[in-house]
Amino acid sequence: MKAQEKVIEKIADPARNTCRLCAPLGASTVFRGIENCIPLLHGSQGCSTYIRRYMISHFREPVDIASSNFSESAAVFGGRENLHTALDNVIGKYQPSLVGIATTCLSETIGDDVSLYIKEYNEKSKSDVPVVNVPTPSYKGIHTDGYRDAVISCIKTVSKENESGDFINIIPAFVSPEDLRHLKEIASDFKTDAVLFPDYSETLDGESWESYKKISPGGTLLSDIARIKSAKASIVIGSSLSRSGLSGSLSDHLPNSHFMNLPIGIDLCDEFFGAFEKATGKQLPEKYSSERNRLVDSYMDAHKYFFEKRAIIAGDEDLVVSLASFMSEIGIVPVICATGSDNPAAAEIIKKYAPDAEVMSDSDYATVLDKAKGMNCDLVIGSSKGFYLSKNLSIPLVRVGFPVHDRFGSQRIKHLGYRGTQSILDNIANAIIEHKQNSSNIGYSYL
Amino acid sequence: MTKKVDFNSIKPEEVKEELLSKYPVKVARKRAKQIVINKVDNGDVVPEVLANTRTVPGILTMRGCAYAGCKGVVLGPTRDILQITHGPIGCAFYSWLTRRNQTRPKTDDAPNFMPYTMSTDLQEDEVIFGGEKKLKKAIEEAVGLFHPKAIGIFSTCPVGLIGDDVHAVAREMEEKFPDVNIFGFSCEGYKGVSQSAGHHIANNKVFTDVVGLSDKPKEGKFRFNILGEYNIGGDAFEIERVAEKCGLTIHSTFSGNSEYDEFISAHTADLNVVMCHRSINYLAEMMEKKFGIPWFKVNFIGAESSAKSLRKIAEYFGDKELMANVEKVIAEEMIEVEKVRLDVKSRCEGKTAMLFVGGSRAHHYQDLFREIGMQTLSAGYEFAHRDDYEGRKVIPEIVIDADTRNIEELTVEKDDNRFSPRKSESEIEAYSKKGFKWSDYDGMMPEMQNNTLVIDDLNHYETEVLIEKYRPDIFCAGIKEKYVVQKQGIPLKQLHSYDYSGPYAGFKGAINFYKEIDRILNTNVFKLVKAPWQETPELSGSYAWTK
Repeated sequence: MKAQEKVIEKIADPARNTCRLCAPLGASTVFRGIENCIPLLHGSQGCSTYIRRYMISHFREPVDIASSNFSESAAVFGGRENLHTALDNVIGKYQPSLVGIATTCLSETIGDDVSLYIKEYNEKSKSDVPVVNVPTPSYKGIHTDGYRDAVISCIKTVSKENESGDFINIIPAFVSPEDLRHLKEIASDFKTDAVLFPDYSETLDGESWESYKKISPGGTLLSDIARIKSAKASIVIGSSLSRSGLSGSLSDHLPNSHFMNLPIGIDLCDEFFGAFEKATGKQLPEKYSSERNRLVDSYMDAHKYFFEKRAIIAGDEDLVVSLASFMSEIGIVPVICATGSDNPAAAEIIKKYAPDAEVMSDSDYATVLDKAKGMNCDLVIGSSKGFYLSKNLSIPLVRVGFPVHDRFGSQRIKHLGYRGTQSILDNIANAIIEHKQNSSNIGYSYL
Repeated sequence: MTKKVDFNSIKPEEVKEELLSKYPVKVARKRAKQIVINKVDNGDVVPEVLANTRTVPGILTMRGCAYAGCKGVVLGPTRDILQITHGPIGCAFYSWLTRRNQTRPKTDDAPNFMPYTMSTDLQEDEVIFGGEKKLKKAIEEAVGLFHPKAIGIFSTCPVGLIGDDVHAVAREMEEKFPDVNIFGFSCEGYKGVSQSAGHHIANNKVFTDVVGLSDKPKEGKFRFNILGEYNIGGDAFEIERVAEKCGLTIHSTFSGNSEYDEFISAHTADLNVVMCHRSINYLAEMMEKKFGIPWFKVNFIGAESSAKSLRKIAEYFGDKELMANVEKVIAEEMIEVEKVRLDVKSRCEGKTAMLFVGGSRAHHYQDLFREIGMQTLSAGYEFAHRDDYEGRKVIPEIVIDADTRNIEELTVEKDDNRFSPRKSESEIEAYSKKGFKWSDYDGMMPEMQNNTLVIDDLNHYETEVLIEKYRPDIFCAGIKEKYVVQKQGIPLKQLHSYDYSGPYAGFKGAINFYKEIDRILNTNVFKLVKAPWQETPELSGSYAWTK
């Protein structure tokens, strides 16, 4: 009994109210960011159903993700037939420009050789629709890993080495459609030709349609992904993109790449726009220096609300890293910085920005709550799932990232750039003020 | 609002042909049996529907998996059985407060684990070397933290494949913690063809490991259980309110607003009434065989249906005072219902709906639409079986395929000590003569009109064709379909989550639903959206426009 107990001690903790999602969700998001692409999950239909209903509750848009619909016999004998039938039907029904296959825990556990199945399919069907395959077992990575690995797999499969062209690549981590639109606007204001990949700004935050479309319009053109390898420079934002995973490392496939954190806060935005200036050889457009100056101005105006407020930041590492940097600028003290991923490099950076914070990797909301009790926290910054902390600690939650399914307009949350930072700053200030106002008996209307 | 089509001018055969025309031959042959033109002229015999069969890979289905049916649907709404998802992280996250089941613990400090999700969060090492140790650790942690009365373990896809024996772990941990009832569900996502397999797996385990553990009856007269009511949007609260007003005692609800203690003594009640036939008929059948509790089908969706169901329950108990009381309550409740119903009907009459949802909802909600004068043009289920379409009389004819055979069918025997028939044989017969239908369900199709299209496991492509052909005023399905349909300018009402409104059950629920449909159909918003056919005049010749 004692020996057994010892073994149990060594086992990692189970997750209670997790702050991470599974890898195929990240991969599906990338595939939805390619024009006329249809994602296909190789596994049980529940995976695609759950991921669709989850993404739809956040984006409020159609999210078609096909499945190879494993049955018990496929789980025993392998999913070749299912995958071939699924490819036949998906290609026949949607006429996509690309099929993006992500595996699931099921097909990975039984060891299906998806690359082989695709090769066989192409030979058999004579289909000329390119098919990308990304391994996404969720016992070996989370949604941000699936996202990055899908980006790498697409570039590996679709992009060709060519002579260097006069354009840049922008590769963002899992951000909002509004953020993607902002990145495109920045490239346009810099008057530079840029490939933004992935780009789900239209597919996951679309317009009302005049006629029905099988696949939501928008997304990075396949021809643009094809030229990624010949860009003169690549700007890659988000710490999760700099790690290497099951599909290798992004830096191996991008020319002249600048890896940096999501541009939130003055420091990181300066670094980002600096990289833009360097990559394009052009000066920062005045519009952005104005945005920067307004942001600095509001830092001063809002300082009285922020000074020494104690915050919990929880969620995707990309956001947590950058929010920690931003908090350190405005005077809020991050006391807990928790990520669902286990990235020591990200933890190091967070430590640098928030030296007093408890940095928790591979964490979950229940563990964060246990830690946070008695720490006198003033607010939580995180996704809707952070409401668990906010409710139990009776402090406000400022909603950022994914998933945000208990508020409207989640796909339009601004995070990036001076403008995104401004928006987060306003929201934090207002959350603090509102909380103070609601807890006051006097009924102040001036705070 | 979108222009209307005269239903009678549409030839369902042509629509069916068009639906099938784009499929490869093999798929078309299969779908032809799942797309059926309803005929109700032949007594209670309706056309046969192929249901509960595998979805074709690559066709975008509405269906979920066995785990979703077991953990999400049947056990999810119970607040004090601590639920551990055994597997990698995704499944636990996605089933965390995703359905909108509500619950109301009886006291402030009574446990409620619903806002809580626990996962063994399996990693690669465990997938290779086995995850049982981590599962044990999770159970130890759960007991240490909460000391719940019961713990359910829910298996995800990899668990069955790597050979983890969740049942053995449950037994072992139960020995260690004898006062905690620990049980496992082999509800791996690849089992069966939809969430329906998960319902059955859940029913079996709840029956063998939970129901019957305590013979202590609840206090109160006329005690019955409601099976297959999951308290979406507070439906169970409304049913509870009405039942209490009538003087009825709900012993337990499987499983909306429920708790463990009510489950373990559920066999002491005198009647089971079944709401969602698909997800819970197994439990009703098994409880009847083992304990002698009769069951019949009820429906609390729709004011008329609610009244009918209440009368039926009162008649079952056969108490004059109860029956009089039920009549009084119905009369009282119907005053407000009728006021709102007639007002809403004046604006909604003649409008049309399509319902593709669930294993009962597509049937039940037709009653509510009928009450405000709306017609159902086409309907179907996501995960139902033939009996839900055609009635239980077809059960003996249903061909059991390999997918269904893999789901355990329990052999249930009479409990020698506790079996007690609630009604004598002669009483049962007397009721039957009065038209009582015991242990039966007539299915959806006999209540639908001739020439309506009944479609099982509807997919995206077919949705698009149906909308183009029929131009319904409203489409009812779930969140996955919502934005696809609304992009076509047709409002979609979610009947899984109720679009975060409700309740829609009972009398107050009916009022809520009438008002909700009125709001949706008569809002200005959809007038801003052009429907596709408003710009495709080639169709206008074959249809009679009413506006």
